[in-house]
Amino acid sequence: MKILVPVKRVIDYNVKPRVKADGSGVDLANVKMSMNPFDEIAVEEAIRLKEAGKAEEIVAVSIGPAKAQETLRTALAMGADRAILVETDDEVEPLAVAKILKAIAEEETPGIVMLGKQAIDDDSNQTGQMLAALMGRPQGTFANTVEVDGDSVVVKREVDGGLETVKLTLPAIVTTDLRLNEPRYASLPNIMKAKKKPLDTKSPSDYGVDTAPRLKTTNVSEPPVRQAGEKVEDVDALVAKIKALGIA
Amino acid sequence: MKTLVWVEHDNAEMKDATLAAVTAASKLGEVHLLVAGSGCRAVAEQAAKVAGVGKVHLADDAAYEHALPENVAPLIADQMGHHDAFVAPATTTGKNIAPRVAALLDVMQISDILSVEGDKTFTRPIYAGNAIATVESSDAKLVITVRGTAFDKAATEGGSGTIEEITGAGDAGLSSFVSAEIAESDRPELTSAKVIVSGGRALKDAETFEQVITPLADKLGAGIGASRAAVDAGYVPNDYQVGQTGKIVAPEVYIAIGISGAIQHLAGMKDSKTIIAINKDEDAPIFQVADIGLVGDLYKIVPELTEKL
Repeated sequence: MKILVPVKRVIDYNVKPRVKADGSGVDLANVKMSMNPFDEIAVEEAIRLKEAGKAEEIVAVSIGPAKAQETLRTALAMGADRAILVETDDEVEPLAVAKILKAIAEEETPGIVMLGKQAIDDDSNQTGQMLAALMGRPQGTFANTVEVDGDSVVVKREVDGGLETVKLTLPAIVTTDLRLNEPRYASLPNIMKAKKKPLDTKSPSDYGVDTAPRLKTTNVSEPPVRQAGEKVEDVDALVAKIKALGIA
Repeated sequence: MKTLVWVEHDNAEMKDATLAAVTAASKLGEVHLLVAGSGCRAVAEQAAKVAGVGKVHLADDAAYEHALPENVAPLIADQMGHHDAFVAPATTTGKNIAPRVAALLDVMQISDILSVEGDKTFTRPIYAGNAIATVESSDAKLVITVRGTAFDKAATEGGSGTIEEITGAGDAGLSSFVSAEIAESDRPELTSAKVIVSGGRALKDAETFEQVITPLADKLGAGIGASRAAVDAGYVPNDYQVGQTGKIVAPEVYIAIGISGAIQHLAGMKDSKTIIAINKDEDAPIFQVADIGLVGDLYKIVPELTEKL
Protein backbone atom coordinates (compact mmCIF):
# COMPACT_ATOMS: atom_id res chain seq x y z
CA MET A 1 0.00 0.00 0.00
CA LYS A 2 1.07 3.52 -0.78
CA ILE A 3 0.42 6.46 1.57
CA LEU A 4 0.02 9.98 0.25
CA VAL A 5 0.93 12.69 2.76
CA PRO A 6 0.06 16.30 1.88
CA VAL A 7 2.11 18.85 3.85
CA LYS A 8 1.81 22.62 4.10
CA ARG A 9 4.46 25.27 4.68
CA VAL A 10 3.18 27.64 7.36
CA ILE A 11 4.43 30.20 9.84
CA ASP A 12 6.36 28.40 12.61
CA TYR A 13 4.08 27.64 15.53
CA ASN A 14 6.41 29.43 17.96
CA VAL A 15 6.21 32.73 16.10
CA LYS A 16 3.59 35.27 17.12
CA PRO A 17 1.89 36.45 13.92
CA ARG A 18 1.82 40.21 13.31
CA VAL A 19 -1.11 41.75 11.49
CA LYS A 20 -0.10 44.22 8.75
CA ALA A 21 -1.05 47.82 9.51
CA ASP A 22 -3.03 48.16 6.26
CA GLY A 23 -5.31 45.24 7.18
CA SER A 24 -4.27 43.21 4.13
CA GLY A 25 -3.08 40.16 6.03
CA VAL A 26 -0.42 38.78 8.34
CA ASP A 27 3.20 39.83 7.80
CA LEU A 28 5.17 36.80 6.61
CA ALA A 29 8.30 38.67 5.45
CA ASN A 30 11.42 37.37 7.23
CA VAL A 31 9.34 35.14 9.46
CA LYS A 32 10.44 31.59 10.28
CA MET A 33 8.37 29.06 8.33
CA SER A 34 8.00 25.33 9.10
CA MET A 35 5.90 22.31 8.30
CA ASN A 36 2.37 22.57 9.71
CA PRO A 37 2.60 20.67 13.05
CA PHE A 38 -0.44 18.48 12.32
CA ASP A 39 1.16 17.49 8.99
CA GLU A 40 4.35 16.47 10.81
CA ILE A 41 2.19 14.09 12.83
CA ALA A 42 0.76 12.75 9.54
CA VAL A 43 4.25 12.16 8.11
CA GLU A 44 5.28 10.40 11.34
CA GLU A 45 2.20 8.15 11.31
CA ALA A 46 2.81 7.20 7.67
CA ILE A 47 6.42 6.29 8.51
CA ARG A 48 5.27 4.19 11.46
CA LEU A 49 2.82 2.31 9.21
CA LYS A 50 5.67 1.68 6.78
CA GLU A 51 7.97 0.51 9.58
CA ALA A 52 5.20 -1.84 10.75
CA GLY A 53 5.07 -3.37 7.27
CA LYS A 54 1.61 -1.98 6.52
CA ALA A 55 2.78 0.37 3.77
CA GLU A 56 5.48 0.20 1.09
CA GLU A 57 5.86 3.74 -0.11
CA ILE A 58 5.25 7.25 1.26
CA VAL A 59 4.72 10.11 -1.19
CA ALA A 60 4.75 13.64 0.24
CA VAL A 61 2.93 16.42 -1.61
CA SER A 62 2.94 20.16 -1.08
CA ILE A 63 0.99 22.85 -2.88
CA GLY A 64 2.65 26.24 -2.52
CA PRO A 65 5.59 28.44 -3.46
CA ALA A 66 9.02 27.17 -4.58
CA LYS A 67 10.17 27.36 -0.96
CA ALA A 68 7.68 24.63 -0.03
CA GLN A 69 10.47 22.38 -1.35
CA GLU A 70 12.10 22.85 2.06
CA THR A 71 8.99 21.46 3.72
CA LEU A 72 9.03 18.48 1.36
CA ARG A 73 12.73 17.90 2.09
CA THR A 74 11.85 17.81 5.78
CA ALA A 75 9.24 15.12 5.06
CA LEU A 76 11.83 13.21 3.00
CA ALA A 77 14.41 13.52 5.78
CA MET A 78 11.88 12.15 8.27
CA GLY A 79 11.34 9.13 6.04
CA ALA A 80 9.06 9.82 3.06
CA ASP A 81 10.31 8.18 -0.16
CA ARG A 82 9.61 10.81 -2.78
CA ALA A 83 7.87 14.15 -3.15
CA ILE A 84 5.70 16.20 -5.48
CA LEU A 85 5.64 19.99 -5.37
CA VAL A 86 2.66 21.63 -7.04
CA GLU A 87 4.17 25.06 -7.40
CA THR A 88 2.08 28.22 -7.21
CA ASP A 89 2.56 31.62 -5.62
CA ASP A 90 -1.19 32.11 -5.24
CA GLU A 91 -2.99 31.37 -2.04
CA VAL A 92 -4.86 28.14 -2.68
CA GLU A 93 -8.06 27.51 -0.70
CA PRO A 94 -8.85 24.11 0.83
CA LEU A 95 -11.41 23.27 -1.89
CA ALA A 96 -8.85 23.80 -4.69
CA VAL A 97 -6.18 21.95 -2.67
CA ALA A 98 -8.59 19.03 -2.33
CA LYS A 99 -9.20 19.06 -6.10
CA ILE A 100 -5.45 18.96 -6.84
CA LEU A 101 -4.95 16.19 -4.27
CA LYS A 102 -7.79 14.21 -5.84
CA ALA A 103 -6.06 14.40 -9.23
CA ILE A 104 -2.76 13.27 -7.67
CA ALA A 105 -4.53 10.46 -5.81
CA GLU A 106 -6.00 9.25 -9.10
CA GLU A 107 -2.46 8.95 -10.51
CA GLU A 108 -0.83 7.53 -7.40
CA THR A 109 -3.73 5.36 -6.11
CA PRO A 110 -2.73 5.48 -2.41
CA GLY A 111 -4.46 3.20 0.14
CA ILE A 112 -4.48 6.05 2.65
CA VAL A 113 -4.20 9.80 2.29
CA MET A 114 -2.91 10.98 5.67
CA LEU A 115 -3.04 14.69 6.42
CA GLY A 116 -3.14 17.14 9.31
CA LYS A 117 -6.60 18.01 10.62
CA GLN A 118 -5.98 21.71 10.04
CA ALA A 119 -3.25 24.15 9.05
CA ILE A 120 -2.26 26.60 11.78
CA ASP A 121 -2.39 29.61 9.45
CA ASP A 122 -5.96 29.69 8.08
CA ASP A 123 -7.33 27.21 10.67
CA SER A 124 -9.90 25.98 8.14
CA ASN A 125 -10.03 22.28 9.08
CA GLN A 126 -11.54 21.32 5.71
CA THR A 127 -9.08 19.79 3.24
CA GLY A 128 -9.23 16.14 4.37
CA GLN A 129 -13.02 16.06 4.55
CA MET A 130 -13.31 17.78 1.15
CA LEU A 131 -10.86 15.37 -0.44
CA ALA A 132 -12.84 12.42 0.96
CA ALA A 133 -16.06 13.85 -0.50
CA LEU A 134 -14.52 14.50 -3.94
CA MET A 135 -13.03 10.99 -4.04
CA GLY A 136 -16.21 9.39 -2.69
CA ARG A 137 -14.17 7.68 0.02
CA PRO A 138 -14.56 7.44 3.82
CA GLN A 139 -12.86 9.81 6.26
CA GLY A 140 -11.39 9.29 9.72
CA THR A 141 -10.87 12.80 11.05
CA PHE A 142 -9.05 13.94 14.24
CA ALA A 143 -7.27 10.58 14.58
CA ASN A 144 -5.97 9.49 17.97
CA THR A 145 -5.06 5.95 16.87
CA VAL A 146 -4.81 4.41 13.40
CA GLU A 147 -4.78 0.66 12.79
CA VAL A 148 -4.67 -0.87 9.33
CA ASP A 149 -6.48 -4.18 9.29
CA GLY A 150 -6.63 -5.97 5.91
CA ASP A 151 -8.77 -3.94 3.53
CA SER A 152 -9.92 -1.51 6.19
CA VAL A 153 -8.53 1.00 8.65
CA VAL A 154 -9.82 1.44 12.19
CA VAL A 155 -9.54 5.02 13.40
CA LYS A 156 -10.07 6.12 16.97
CA ARG A 157 -11.16 9.77 16.79
CA GLU A 158 -10.94 12.69 19.22
CA VAL A 159 -14.51 13.94 19.65
CA ASP A 160 -16.16 16.38 22.07
CA GLY A 161 -16.49 14.52 25.34
CA GLY A 162 -14.20 11.58 24.53
CA LEU A 163 -13.24 9.17 21.77
CA GLU A 164 -15.12 7.48 18.95
CA THR A 165 -13.93 4.52 16.89
CA VAL A 166 -14.92 4.04 13.25
CA LYS A 167 -14.00 1.42 10.68
CA LEU A 168 -13.37 2.62 7.14
CA THR A 169 -13.03 0.66 3.91
CA LEU A 170 -9.74 1.40 2.12
CA PRO A 171 -8.84 3.59 0.31
CA ALA A 172 -9.57 6.14 3.02
CA ILE A 173 -8.64 9.62 4.16
CA VAL A 174 -7.27 10.08 7.68
CA THR A 175 -6.67 13.45 9.37
CA THR A 176 -4.38 13.59 12.37
CA ASP A 177 -4.88 15.08 15.82
CA LEU A 178 -2.27 15.98 18.43
CA ARG A 179 -2.18 12.82 20.50
CA LEU A 180 -1.68 10.42 17.57
CA ASN A 181 2.11 10.41 17.94
CA GLU A 182 5.17 12.50 18.63
CA PRO A 183 7.00 13.24 15.37
CA ARG A 184 10.68 12.29 15.16
CA TYR A 185 13.50 14.69 14.40
CA ALA A 186 15.34 14.03 11.17
CA SER A 187 18.94 12.94 11.79
CA LEU A 188 21.78 14.69 9.98
CA PRO A 189 22.58 11.65 7.75
CA ASN A 190 18.89 11.43 6.81
CA ILE A 191 18.80 15.15 6.00
CA MET A 192 21.76 14.57 3.65
CA LYS A 193 20.09 11.53 2.09
CA ALA A 194 16.84 13.45 1.62
CA LYS A 195 18.59 15.82 -0.77
CA LYS A 196 19.01 12.93 -3.23
CA LYS A 197 15.43 11.65 -3.01
CA PRO A 198 13.24 12.41 -6.06
CA LEU A 199 11.16 15.59 -6.02
CA ASP A 200 8.88 16.32 -9.00
CA THR A 201 7.64 19.83 -9.68
CA LYS A 202 4.20 20.37 -11.21
CA SER A 203 1.71 23.20 -11.50
CA PRO A 204 -2.02 23.34 -10.68
CA SER A 205 -2.80 23.54 -14.42
CA ASP A 206 -1.07 20.15 -14.92
CA TYR A 207 -4.03 18.77 -12.97
CA GLY A 208 -6.60 20.98 -14.70
CA VAL A 209 -7.58 22.66 -11.45
CA ASP A 210 -8.76 26.27 -11.30
CA THR A 211 -7.34 27.79 -8.11
CA ALA A 212 -9.19 31.12 -8.30
CA PRO A 213 -10.35 31.88 -4.75
CA ARG A 214 -14.03 31.69 -3.84
CA LEU A 215 -13.60 33.74 -0.69
CA LYS A 216 -12.35 37.30 -0.71
CA THR A 217 -10.57 38.47 2.42
CA THR A 218 -11.53 42.12 2.74
CA ASN A 219 -9.76 42.86 6.00
CA VAL A 220 -7.47 41.29 8.59
CA SER A 221 -7.32 42.90 12.00
CA GLU A 222 -5.89 42.34 15.47
CA PRO A 223 -8.29 40.70 17.91
CA PRO A 224 -9.61 42.93 20.71
CA VAL A 225 -6.96 43.23 23.42
CA ARG A 226 -7.84 42.25 26.94
CA GLN A 227 -6.54 44.54 29.66
CA ALA A 228 -4.70 43.13 32.66
CA GLY A 229 -6.65 43.57 35.89
CA GLU A 230 -5.36 43.73 39.43
CA LYS A 231 -3.31 41.42 41.57
CA VAL A 232 -4.56 40.57 45.03
CA GLU A 233 -2.27 40.08 48.03
CA ASP A 234 -3.54 36.87 49.60
CA VAL A 235 -6.12 34.12 49.59
CA ASP A 236 -8.56 36.06 51.79
CA ALA A 237 -8.64 38.89 49.27
CA LEU A 238 -9.16 36.35 46.46
CA VAL A 239 -12.00 34.69 48.39
CA ALA A 240 -13.69 38.07 48.77
CA LYS A 241 -13.37 38.73 45.03
CA ILE A 242 -14.75 35.32 44.11
CA LYS A 243 -17.69 35.76 46.49
CA ALA A 244 -18.36 39.16 44.92
CA LEU A 245 -18.67 37.43 41.52
CA GLY A 246 -21.56 35.44 42.99
CA ILE A 247 -20.22 31.98 42.15
CA ALA A 248 -19.50 30.79 45.70
CA MET B 1 -32.37 33.36 2.50
CA LYS B 2 -33.33 29.88 3.70
CA THR B 3 -30.86 28.28 6.07
CA LEU B 4 -30.55 24.65 7.15
CA VAL B 5 -29.03 24.22 10.61
CA TRP B 6 -27.46 20.96 11.75
CA VAL B 7 -28.97 19.88 15.07
CA GLU B 8 -26.36 18.34 17.33
CA HIS B 9 -27.85 15.55 19.46
CA ASP B 10 -27.36 12.07 20.87
CA ASN B 11 -30.63 10.70 19.46
CA ALA B 12 -32.34 11.48 22.78
CA GLU B 13 -31.62 15.15 23.47
CA MET B 14 -30.66 18.21 21.48
CA LYS B 15 -27.25 19.63 22.48
CA ASP B 16 -26.75 23.26 23.46
CA ALA B 17 -24.20 23.86 20.69
CA THR B 18 -27.15 23.88 18.25
CA LEU B 19 -28.58 27.04 19.80
CA ALA B 20 -25.69 29.36 18.92
CA ALA B 21 -25.81 28.07 15.34
CA VAL B 22 -29.56 28.90 15.26
CA THR B 23 -28.78 32.48 16.34
CA ALA B 24 -26.13 32.84 13.63
CA ALA B 25 -28.48 31.40 11.00
CA SER B 26 -31.30 33.73 12.05
CA LYS B 27 -29.09 36.67 11.06
CA LEU B 28 -29.06 35.30 7.50
CA GLY B 29 -32.76 34.52 7.10
CA GLU B 30 -35.33 31.80 7.64
CA VAL B 31 -34.16 29.03 10.01
CA HIS B 32 -34.89 25.41 9.13
CA LEU B 33 -33.37 22.60 11.16
CA LEU B 34 -32.12 19.16 10.24
CA VAL B 35 -32.37 16.33 12.74
CA ALA B 36 -30.61 13.31 11.31
CA GLY B 37 -30.36 10.27 13.53
CA SER B 38 -32.04 7.06 14.55
CA GLY B 39 -35.10 6.94 16.79
CA CYS B 40 -34.67 10.66 17.25
CA ARG B 41 -38.22 12.05 16.96
CA ALA B 42 -37.97 13.39 20.54
CA VAL B 43 -35.03 15.54 19.41
CA ALA B 44 -37.07 16.93 16.52
CA GLU B 45 -39.86 17.77 18.96
CA GLN B 46 -37.42 19.66 21.20
CA ALA B 47 -35.89 21.37 18.17
CA ALA B 48 -39.31 22.52 16.94
CA LYS B 49 -39.74 24.51 20.18
CA VAL B 50 -36.57 26.57 19.67
CA ALA B 51 -37.50 30.22 19.22
CA GLY B 52 -37.62 31.39 15.61
CA VAL B 53 -37.52 27.96 13.98
CA GLY B 54 -39.60 27.21 10.88
CA LYS B 55 -39.44 23.69 9.52
CA VAL B 56 -37.67 20.81 11.24
CA HIS B 57 -36.55 18.18 8.74
CA LEU B 58 -36.38 14.80 10.40
CA ALA B 59 -34.33 12.03 8.78
CA ASP B 60 -34.79 8.95 10.95
CA ASP B 61 -32.68 6.06 9.69
CA ALA B 62 -30.28 3.61 11.35
CA ALA B 63 -27.60 4.83 8.90
CA TYR B 64 -27.71 8.29 10.52
CA GLU B 65 -27.47 7.13 14.15
CA HIS B 66 -23.81 8.11 14.62
CA ALA B 67 -23.74 11.01 12.15
CA LEU B 68 -21.20 9.25 9.93
CA PRO B 69 -20.25 11.93 7.38
CA GLU B 70 -20.22 9.42 4.51
CA ASN B 71 -23.94 8.88 5.14
CA VAL B 72 -25.21 12.27 6.30
CA ALA B 73 -23.29 14.57 3.90
CA PRO B 74 -25.20 13.32 0.81
CA LEU B 75 -28.49 13.72 2.73
CA ILE B 76 -27.60 17.34 3.53
CA ALA B 77 -26.31 18.09 0.02
CA ASP B 78 -29.64 16.82 -1.29
CA GLN B 79 -31.57 19.19 1.03
CA MET B 80 -29.42 22.08 -0.16
CA GLY B 81 -31.36 22.00 -3.43
CA HIS B 82 -33.96 24.13 -1.63
CA HIS B 83 -31.84 25.89 1.01
CA ASP B 84 -29.27 28.65 0.54
CA ALA B 85 -26.99 28.12 3.52
CA PHE B 86 -25.95 25.11 5.58
CA VAL B 87 -25.02 26.15 9.11
CA ALA B 88 -23.40 23.78 11.62
CA PRO B 89 -21.99 24.37 15.09
CA ALA B 90 -18.16 24.14 15.08
CA THR B 91 -18.22 21.00 17.22
CA THR B 92 -16.23 17.90 16.27
CA THR B 93 -19.39 16.61 14.56
CA GLY B 94 -19.98 19.87 12.65
CA LYS B 95 -16.32 20.09 11.62
CA ASN B 96 -16.44 16.51 10.41
CA ILE B 97 -19.55 16.89 8.28
CA ALA B 98 -19.68 20.46 6.93
CA PRO B 99 -16.57 20.40 4.65
CA ARG B 100 -17.80 17.14 3.15
CA VAL B 101 -21.10 18.85 2.33
CA ALA B 102 -19.26 21.91 0.95
CA ALA B 103 -17.16 19.79 -1.42
CA LEU B 104 -20.25 17.93 -2.66
CA LEU B 105 -21.79 21.33 -3.46
CA ASP B 106 -18.52 22.74 -4.89
CA VAL B 107 -18.59 25.49 -2.28
CA MET B 108 -15.72 26.91 -0.23
CA GLN B 109 -16.71 26.59 3.44
CA ILE B 110 -16.37 29.45 5.91
CA SER B 111 -15.13 27.91 9.16
CA ASP B 112 -15.73 28.97 12.73
CA ILE B 113 -17.48 32.30 12.14
CA LEU B 114 -17.46 34.93 14.90
CA SER B 115 -20.01 37.31 13.37
CA VAL B 116 -22.36 37.81 10.45
CA GLU B 117 -21.49 41.09 8.71
CA GLY B 118 -23.73 40.77 5.67
CA ASP B 119 -25.51 38.21 3.47
CA LYS B 120 -22.21 36.70 2.39
CA THR B 121 -19.71 38.42 4.70
CA PHE B 122 -18.43 37.01 7.96
CA THR B 123 -15.56 37.36 10.41
CA ARG B 124 -13.51 34.38 11.49
CA PRO B 125 -10.34 33.80 13.53
CA ILE B 126 -7.10 32.83 11.78
CA TYR B 127 -3.62 32.11 13.18
CA ALA B 128 -5.02 30.65 16.40
CA GLY B 129 -7.11 33.75 17.03
CA ASN B 130 -4.13 36.09 16.67
CA ALA B 131 -5.89 37.75 13.75
CA ILE B 132 -9.50 38.19 12.69
CA ALA B 133 -10.29 37.98 8.98
CA THR B 134 -13.34 39.44 7.28
CA VAL B 135 -14.27 37.20 4.35
CA GLU B 136 -16.84 37.48 1.61
CA SER B 137 -18.11 34.44 -0.28
CA SER B 138 -18.70 34.40 -4.04
CA ASP B 139 -20.36 30.97 -4.04
CA ALA B 140 -24.05 30.51 -4.85
CA LYS B 141 -24.64 28.55 -1.63
CA LEU B 142 -23.07 29.01 1.78
CA VAL B 143 -21.59 26.37 4.07
CA ILE B 144 -20.70 27.74 7.49
CA THR B 145 -19.55 26.47 10.86
CA VAL B 146 -20.26 28.64 13.89
CA ARG B 147 -18.07 29.26 16.93
CA GLY B 148 -20.45 28.61 19.82
CA THR B 149 -18.98 31.16 22.22
CA ALA B 150 -19.39 34.01 19.71
CA PHE B 151 -23.20 33.93 19.51
CA ASP B 152 -25.94 34.01 22.14
CA LYS B 153 -27.94 30.85 22.53
CA ALA B 154 -31.42 30.88 20.99
CA ALA B 155 -34.23 30.31 23.52
CA THR B 156 -35.31 26.67 23.83
CA GLU B 157 -38.97 27.61 24.19
CA GLY B 158 -41.36 29.77 22.22
CA GLY B 159 -40.95 28.28 18.75
CA SER B 160 -43.58 26.34 16.87
CA GLY B 161 -41.74 24.66 14.03
CA THR B 162 -43.38 21.95 11.96
CA ILE B 163 -41.76 18.56 11.71
CA GLU B 164 -41.40 17.17 8.21
CA GLU B 165 -40.02 13.69 7.61
CA ILE B 166 -37.43 13.29 4.89
CA THR B 167 -35.44 10.34 3.59
CA GLY B 168 -32.00 10.05 2.06
CA ALA B 169 -29.86 7.39 0.48
CA GLY B 170 -29.00 5.91 3.91
CA ASP B 171 -25.86 3.83 4.28
CA ALA B 172 -23.13 4.67 1.77
CA GLY B 173 -21.39 1.40 2.69
CA LEU B 174 -18.00 3.08 3.20
CA SER B 175 -17.75 3.28 6.98
CA SER B 176 -19.18 1.88 10.18
CA PHE B 177 -19.35 2.97 13.79
CA VAL B 178 -17.46 0.66 16.15
CA SER B 179 -17.63 2.20 19.62
CA ALA B 180 -17.53 5.37 21.68
CA GLU B 181 -15.79 6.12 24.95
CA ILE B 182 -17.57 9.15 26.28
CA ALA B 183 -16.55 10.24 29.75
CA GLU B 184 -19.51 9.93 32.12
CA SER B 185 -19.57 12.67 34.68
CA ASP B 186 -21.91 14.91 36.63
CA ARG B 187 -19.57 17.78 35.98
CA PRO B 188 -20.77 20.44 33.53
CA GLU B 189 -19.40 20.13 30.00
CA LEU B 190 -16.60 22.60 29.32
CA THR B 191 -18.32 24.43 26.50
CA SER B 192 -21.46 25.10 28.57
CA ALA B 193 -19.97 25.44 32.11
CA LYS B 194 -20.52 28.75 33.95
CA VAL B 195 -17.30 28.29 35.90
CA ILE B 196 -14.16 26.46 34.76
CA VAL B 197 -11.16 25.52 36.89
CA SER B 198 -8.18 24.77 34.68
CA GLY B 199 -4.77 23.35 35.53
CA GLY B 200 -1.41 23.53 33.79
CA ARG B 201 1.90 21.75 33.70
CA ALA B 202 2.78 23.04 37.18
CA LEU B 203 0.43 20.38 38.60
CA LYS B 204 3.26 17.78 38.27
CA ASP B 205 1.26 14.60 37.58
CA ALA B 206 -2.21 13.10 37.18
CA GLU B 207 -2.63 12.42 40.91
CA THR B 208 -1.62 15.93 41.96
CA PHE B 209 -3.88 17.45 39.31
CA GLU B 210 -6.82 15.47 40.74
CA GLN B 211 -5.95 16.34 44.36
CA VAL B 212 -5.54 20.06 43.77
CA ILE B 213 -8.01 20.92 41.03
CA THR B 214 -10.97 18.61 41.67
CA PRO B 215 -11.91 19.76 45.21
CA LEU B 216 -12.00 23.42 44.11
CA ALA B 217 -14.04 22.52 41.01
CA ASP B 218 -16.44 20.51 43.20
CA LYS B 219 -16.87 23.43 45.57
CA LEU B 220 -17.73 25.79 42.70
CA GLY B 221 -19.73 23.28 40.63
CA ALA B 222 -17.21 23.98 37.91
CA GLY B 223 -16.08 22.19 34.78
CA ILE B 224 -12.43 21.08 34.72
CA GLY B 225 -10.07 22.15 31.95
CA ALA B 226 -6.36 21.94 31.29
CA SER B 227 -3.64 23.49 29.20
CA ARG B 228 -2.13 21.61 26.29
CA ALA B 229 1.06 21.17 28.33
CA ALA B 230 -0.90 19.34 31.04
CA VAL B 231 -2.63 17.16 28.44
CA ASP B 232 0.61 16.37 26.61
CA ALA B 233 2.21 15.46 29.94
CA GLY B 234 -0.62 12.96 30.48
CA TYR B 235 -2.19 14.52 33.61
CA VAL B 236 -5.66 14.52 32.02
CA PRO B 237 -7.31 13.27 28.81
CA ASN B 238 -7.32 15.37 25.64
CA ASP B 239 -10.97 16.36 25.93
CA TYR B 240 -10.00 18.52 28.94
CA GLN B 241 -7.84 20.67 26.72
CA VAL B 242 -8.73 24.35 26.46
CA GLY B 243 -7.04 26.20 23.60
CA GLN B 244 -6.89 26.66 19.88
CA THR B 245 -6.22 22.95 19.39
CA GLY B 246 -8.71 21.95 22.07
CA LYS B 247 -11.95 23.51 23.24
CA ILE B 248 -12.85 27.16 22.89
CA VAL B 249 -14.63 28.26 26.06
CA ALA B 250 -16.16 31.47 27.36
CA PRO B 251 -17.51 30.87 30.88
CA GLU B 252 -18.55 33.54 33.39
CA VAL B 253 -15.45 32.76 35.44
CA TYR B 254 -12.27 31.00 34.31
CA ILE B 255 -9.75 30.08 36.99
CA ALA B 256 -6.29 29.30 35.56
CA ILE B 257 -4.06 27.47 38.01
CA GLY B 258 -0.37 26.94 37.24
CA ILE B 259 -0.97 27.93 33.61
CA SER B 260 1.63 30.27 32.14
CA GLY B 261 -0.67 31.51 29.36
CA ALA B 262 0.78 30.34 26.04
CA ILE B 263 -0.79 32.00 22.98
CA GLN B 264 -2.52 28.79 22.02
CA HIS B 265 -4.15 28.49 25.47
CA LEU B 266 -5.23 32.14 25.54
CA ALA B 267 -6.91 31.64 22.15
CA GLY B 268 -9.22 29.14 23.82
CA MET B 269 -10.31 31.14 26.87
CA LYS B 270 -9.71 34.85 26.40
CA ASP B 271 -13.42 35.50 25.81
CA SER B 272 -14.25 34.39 29.36
CA LYS B 273 -16.07 37.10 31.28
CA THR B 274 -13.76 37.09 34.31
CA ILE B 275 -10.34 35.44 34.32
CA ILE B 276 -8.64 34.58 37.60
CA ALA B 277 -4.99 33.45 37.51
CA ILE B 278 -2.93 31.76 40.20
CA ASN B 279 0.73 31.34 39.30
CA LYS B 280 4.07 31.49 41.08
CA ASP B 281 5.71 33.47 38.26
CA GLU B 282 4.56 37.08 38.50
CA ASP B 283 5.71 37.71 34.92
CA ALA B 284 3.64 34.85 33.45
CA PRO B 285 1.69 36.05 30.36
CA ILE B 286 -1.56 34.80 31.91
CA PHE B 287 -1.51 37.86 34.22
CA GLN B 288 -1.70 40.14 31.16
CA VAL B 289 -5.21 38.90 30.45
CA ALA B 290 -6.34 38.09 34.00
CA ASP B 291 -8.85 40.34 35.76
CA ILE B 292 -7.75 39.03 39.15
CA GLY B 293 -4.32 37.58 39.81
CA LEU B 294 -2.64 36.00 42.79
CA VAL B 295 1.10 35.31 42.73
CA GLY B 296 2.24 32.43 44.87
CA ASP B 297 2.61 28.70 45.44
CA LEU B 298 -0.49 26.97 44.11
CA TYR B 299 -0.01 24.04 46.51
CA LYS B 300 -0.61 26.44 49.41
CA ILE B 301 -3.09 28.76 47.76
CA VAL B 302 -5.52 26.35 46.15
CA PRO B 303 -6.24 24.14 49.21
CA GLU B 304 -6.62 27.27 51.36
CA LEU B 305 -8.93 28.82 48.77
CA THR B 306 -11.03 25.65 48.59
CA GLU B 307 -11.24 25.59 52.37
CA LYS B 308 -12.30 29.22 52.71
CA LEU B 309 -14.89 29.33 49.94
